[in-house]
Amino acid sequence: MTDPTPGQSPPRLGPSTIAIHSGESRQKLAHSITDPIICASTYTFANTQAVIDYIEQKQQREEYGRYGNPGEDVIEKKLAAIEGGEDAVLYASGMAAIVGLLMTKLSTGDEIIFFDECYHRSREFCVKHLTRYGVVTRQVKACDYEAMAAAITPQTKMLVSESPTNPHLSCVDLEKFVAIAREHQVETLIDATLATPYNLRPIEYGVDYVLHSATKYLGGHNDLLAGVIVGSAEKLDAVRNLRGIMGAINSPHNVYLLQRGLKTFELRMQRHNQNGQALAEFLENHPRVEKVYYPGLKSHSYHAEAVKYMRGFGGLVTFLVKDADWRQTANVVDAVQIPRIAPSLGGVESLIEQPLVMSYYEQKPEDRQRFGIPDNMIRLACGLENTEDLIADLQQALER
Amino acid sequence: MKFRTKAIHLGNERDAQTGAVVPPIHVASTFVQHQAGEWREFDYSRSGNPTRKGLEETLAALEGGCGALAFASGMAATHAATMLLRSGDHILAGSDIYGGTYRLLHKIVNRAGIEVSLAPATDLTAFAQAIRPTTKLIWIESPGNPLMSITDIAAVAQLAQRHDCLLGVDNTFASPVLTRPLELGADIVMHSATKYLGGHSDVLGGALVVKDPELFKQLYFVQNATGGVLGPFDAFLVSRGLKTLAIRMLAQCETAQTLAEWLTNDPRVTRVLYPGLAQHPGHDIARRQMLGGFGAMLTFEVAGDYAQAKRVAESTKLFQLAVSLGAVESLIEQPASMSHASYDAAARAAFGITDGLIRLSIGLEDVEDLQADLDQALQA
Repeated sequence: MTDPTPGQSPPRLGPSTIAIHSGESRQKLAHSITDPIICASTYTFANTQAVIDYIEQKQQREEYGRYGNPGEDVIEKKLAAIEGGEDAVLYASGMAAIVGLLMTKLSTGDEIIFFDECYHRSREFCVKHLTRYGVVTRQVKACDYEAMAAAITPQTKMLVSESPTNPHLSCVDLEKFVAIAREHQVETLIDATLATPYNLRPIEYGVDYVLHSATKYLGGHNDLLAGVIVGSAEKLDAVRNLRGIMGAINSPHNVYLLQRGLKTFELRMQRHNQNGQALAEFLENHPRVEKVYYPGLKSHSYHAEAVKYMRGFGGLVTFLVKDADWRQTANVVDAVQIPRIAPSLGGVESLIEQPLVMSYYEQKPEDRQRFGIPDNMIRLACGLENTEDLIADLQQALER
Repeated sequence: MKFRTKAIHLGNERDAQTGAVVPPIHVASTFVQHQAGEWREFDYSRSGNPTRKGLEETLAALEGGCGALAFASGMAATHAATMLLRSGDHILAGSDIYGGTYRLLHKIVNRAGIEVSLAPATDLTAFAQAIRPTTKLIWIESPGNPLMSITDIAAVAQLAQRHDCLLGVDNTFASPVLTRPLELGADIVMHSATKYLGGHSDVLGGALVVKDPELFKQLYFVQNATGGVLGPFDAFLVSRGLKTLAIRMLAQCETAQTLAEWLTNDPRVTRVLYPGLAQHPGHDIARRQMLGGFGAMLTFEVAGDYAQAKRVAESTKLFQLAVSLGAVESLIEQPASMSHASYDAAARAAFGITDGLIRLSIGLEDVEDLQADLDQALQA
């Protein structure tokens, strides 16, 4: 294969081949097999004419590090190819990505509609900050398509959801979601961080923008922050332009770690999926567990959507401890030996947290109830450890 | 604790000060002491570095050793092991070894008055006969490079024990996922961590792992005195690579097995050297000694001469023409002109490294894509 460009990867190539090779030149600087890490903050011009040629867009090249760097260019092409999208814009974090997109697309008087199960910081940005610019955020119950359609006004610009949602793992019926948007001629954004393009490919169903916190499964090693928006080159042009002004670009070192992480993307996702499914099934059959949220379980409210749209169901498992108050629930979290207590997910190390404490501690009880965060909820992000070790660990923690 | 869990957690304890889930990269060359003449755990990075130490702990756990030492390259590790010997001692090495090891033994180690000879480690009788009263170190690889010969490590370990010499095993090709030589009686395991351990073609590194604390002390002394240590950035990248070692290795083995079986039935290929094939002379030993797969290195001989093999090696579009191995990217090379060019021509002929051989390092790409690429290259 010769230098695949975004959106044009030959379909015959498998997901690992794409993740390893797409976006990369076959012959690189100094003929090295891996891309060099180019740390330069600025890029030199041979002479004045070269500057003029660049400004007149006669020559594509780097100019200043805030507008892009060669490693970032490779990773954007690679992420676009993995997602099956045309183009991608990389950011310093997942939040920088969603902020960058919304700031580009929304102006005073515009409205966006969110399904209400979402990352609490995404909600906070819309409700507390976009409102300051006169943008209206309407929240409707997750996966209530009638409510979403009813909330649309002539000012509505975008429909937004996660799929699966965090931490309830509700799965969006993408065909319905896109149909509503098309009927009203508004754009769609799916945050597919918890699914990854290995498990879910929203662009194939007509979604305009796919967002990932690449900090999670894409990087995969709990050692970098990154975010990405994938979509059409035409729609992302202005997004990239604003990123250059706002400056939330990723760093060359991080970008290299992300590229390295993607080389094992398919393998890691297969194991995350296996561990997630196995732990969900184990927890569902455990007498101390009241309820398990996992798209791969038949008992899950959105199992049908999950099976229809997803290849696998990821490593995140949310569960409720039976008859436990917040302290007894915390005792389970504190008793595990292998998963570490930390926010985030998607890395090789399993992580565990109690959403009440980790993300909703300062919220009022009625707000927590509204967001569906009971005191006895635990969110387990399965890593790549051996399945038997994780099950044995959760078992001892629950039976202590 | 099972293999993957060990690889992810042992040696990677969370940072007590910050809680960081990934240990920090300690780049310091020196460490502040609280009292003159009383050393803390770390004093100077050649003598010990927290990032390198984390990696060494993980490696020791994965190989079942008491300790490990990380070096700047595989050759630095092998060289350190040979520095246990003195003038007049003899090293017996298997004949199917890495060209760089061959060069080190015959052109550097011999300068210190250490004698070196090679014998086929696959033939235990001949190998035993090659042991001399002065033999202090036996050095083998399994699978061997580039012929994929399989040495019965447990049997050679018994031999070494009987003759009171150390057994060092270059376990680079098998990795601890498939074979753990210390459990089979070896004294020293050596790795080019550049290969499967790092796994991403982006770091040079080497390691020695041992099971005897006394031997560890001796090797630590050599490392500290000679200084070929692994840098902290590279130690971090190897540690990161180890976290996916098991899933990478097993997936790569599966692809190699499929391609080996396919090549066996191809008329453009005269022979396929892969331990996972029933007709491979080492297959029975490999089944005992390699658990979960037969490695991801595969050598075959094209029907044709040196020029034809060269053409095949230069015609792939996905396999890249480069030495080294063990990474996510598949590589192709011609041993006679590349990895084993440092063997004398006579030695190449004697040990069966023919001009038509092609060596493949199977990466993580999808098997269908690799097969299609080889198919078109063999047409070249």
